[in-house]
Amino acid sequence: MSERAAVRRLAVWCPDWPVTAAILAGAVSADTSIPVALFAANRVLACSAAARAVGIRRDLRRREAQSRCPELVVVGHDPDRDARFFEPVVVAVESSAPGVEVVRPGLAAVAARGPSRYYGGDAATARQLAGGIACAAGIFARVGVADGLLAATLAAQHPGSSHPVDEPVVVPAGGSAAFLAGRPVGALNRPDLADLLRRLGIRTLSDFAALPAYDVAGRFGADGADARRLARGLDIQPIAAREPSPDLIARTVFDPPVLRVDAAAFAAKALAADFHDRLTGRGLGCLRLGIVAHTSRGEELTRLWRHEGALSAKAVADRVRWQLDGWLTDAARVGTPPGQETGHRGDTGLDESIDSTDGIADLALVPDQLVPYAGAQLSLWTATSGGAAIGPMTGWHTDEEADERADRALTRVQGLLGPDAVLTAVPDGGRGPGEAVSLVPWGDPRVPARIPPRTAADRPGATPHWAGRIPAPSPATVFTRPELATITDAHGRTVGVTGRATVTAPPAYLDGQQIVAWTGPWPIDERWWDPAAARRRARFQVVTADGFARLLAVEGGRWWIEAVYD
Amino acid sequence: MLPEVARLLPPTGVRRGSTIAVTGSTSLLLALLAGPSAAGAWCAVVGVPTLGAAAAAEAGVVIDRLALVPSPGRQWAETVAALVDGVDVVVARPPARLAAGLARRLAARVRDRGCVLVSAGSWDGAELTVSATGAQWHGVESGYGRLRSCRLDVRVVGRGSAARPRQGEMWLPAYDRPAVDLPIAQVPSSVELAPVAGTPIPVTELPPLEAVG
Repeated sequence: MSERAAVRRLAVWCPDWPVTAAILAGAVSADTSIPVALFAANRVLACSAAARAVGIRRDLRRREAQSRCPELVVVGHDPDRDARFFEPVVVAVESSAPGVEVVRPGLAAVAARGPSRYYGGDAATARQLAGGIACAAGIFARVGVADGLLAATLAAQHPGSSHPVDEPVVVPAGGSAAFLAGRPVGALNRPDLADLLRRLGIRTLSDFAALPAYDVAGRFGADGADARRLARGLDIQPIAAREPSPDLIARTVFDPPVLRVDAAAFAAKALAADFHDRLTGRGLGCLRLGIVAHTSRGEELTRLWRHEGALSAKAVADRVRWQLDGWLTDAARVGTPPGQETGHRGDTGLDESIDSTDGIADLALVPDQLVPYAGAQLSLWTATSGGAAIGPMTGWHTDEEADERADRALTRVQGLLGPDAVLTAVPDGGRGPGEAVSLVPWGDPRVPARIPPRTAADRPGATPHWAGRIPAPSPATVFTRPELATITDAHGRTVGVTGRATVTAPPAYLDGQQIVAWTGPWPIDERWWDPAAARRRARFQVVTADGFARLLAVEGGRWWIEAVYD
Repeated sequence: MLPEVARLLPPTGVRRGSTIAVTGSTSLLLALLAGPSAAGAWCAVVGVPTLGAAAAAEAGVVIDRLALVPSPGRQWAETVAALVDGVDVVVARPPARLAAGLARRLAARVRDRGCVLVSAGSWDGAELTVSATGAQWHGVESGYGRLRSCRLDVRVVGRGSAARPRQGEMWLPAYDRPAVDLPIAQVPSSVELAPVAGTPIPVTELPPLEAVG
């Protein structure tokens, strides 16, 4: 394999991007003196400079973080939000230098050679980019220039203590290997590999780069060999830098053009699976994913995302959704009235945004820089579903493959019946028999409808305690529309409930069937502050002669069967 | 498989690739799902818009891995066939008139894919038919109490070696997983103690509250 020198790149990095995105979204105040931390799975994902100053670190547990800093503002992580607010930054970079690729929200890269010739040097280009982002999007970004993406990213992220914060770091041409030499192996952004290397006594990138290539490939596989190339300041080598053949491109046409993100995202899911199959079916992967869309007016929007040949179909779908979200949200924000847009657009340079009046007419996923597909090899030592079999019905696949299989089947049913036809239940708050869970379409975020987002983020998945809820066990059959019923006492008169929540007579018959036991009334006076939504009812549980139980509600003198305990 | 369900089934249990029918009780259906679901299986319920998802969660079904297709409409067969390909346990309420040929083809597909099709309603040619023949809810008296548990009379009829009907009863919710979710509204927030004549109530000094956690 010939050792081709790495492409010289500019990396644009926004420090603490998830925090910045949360501020832009208005989820937290913009006051920088307030310590803010974003949590995912109860661990710190990102924190503001003020939080870092009081000792908050990445991966800290929430309890630990709050004990170090009781006034810490806790925010849930939202990858969609990160991607949505990064789009203006990418647009600002693109207005100064073409061919920008998004590595992940918060980090973008662009080839340095062309812009550096135009602006007169790497440092001048970097200053131009940072200035452009500050002017157009009002966001502070750091720029690093080096051979290869890894060195450029590290240059932007860790300029060194003596370096001025707002000056770009320029690693001289051919100096990437030396620049990377003393860095820890964790900088490779491969946690499992880094952990293993540390335990083998290999702590710096130069130690790792010094290992023989064949031994690294033999011990750590294709991914390890790629990591070693990165550690030496090289790029992962594409097999061919030619145009991908047309049958590798996954394409879909929207008729009518889509304006809403959720509709586009649903199509993106199927498209991503198609794209993934086309590539892996030929034993290929790609380093970059090109997302190309045409608006109904014929404008072309393109964006490159870093892929590294390692993204699953779902991860591709996420990136497509983020990108569409960015484009469509941008359109809504620009929101120029028709007739004025031509002059307005020329001024702001927002060529990549689309007008709110036209939607996306077609969408294509184009692989860029093809590499052999190394595959996601299952680890030798990771235990598959172990444990003793208890009965013939145990031993299901509990691994990701089963999840993906189920996801594919459910997505197919969504394609058959529409996205809202497949639902999944989320524990929610509410008093009624059907309100203890809310149903969300498959693939949507599992967010309860009635619990305030703050509470849900604090205790994800926890069943909320809701005063006045029907006690467990819950009815197994809940009517979507309650059925009208007649409840009479022993003398055939309709039973009522007084204003003081007592029955006028013990209920004896439900639609002519004898009631053998009953309990209630459980009065509920909901939303009395809102005349339109206010409801006053009383609920009863009754057991009829056949042994089954029913949940009844009386409202305005009429009886309804809400649910059956069957 | 929950022990109280397993007790009633034939010793071989429910094999992968089989079609079983559950009639008479939705709770019984959920109790059958709970075991595989807790063991990591994906479940899908087709054509049962009235299914109480809260009851499913209480029965032990992992609702993160439960998908609901409430109204498949005319594409019932296509929906079930698509789910059989990827979901481990598919619960489907058969339409009023299910062609025998279609039922056979679906059962063959289930056998081929190695999942379990549970029919919520009778199904000709089912390996096993589990039906609730009677129920008795307990916990409610005239005017007070709340529903606590239910005794179901269950009859299991199979094919082949399991052809001899088995009969038994089971309690839901099971005794080892009692339903404890008392509503706040039912619990008095403060209890007033009426002084009983002659016996002064001893007033004990409470220790000061400590901040914990």
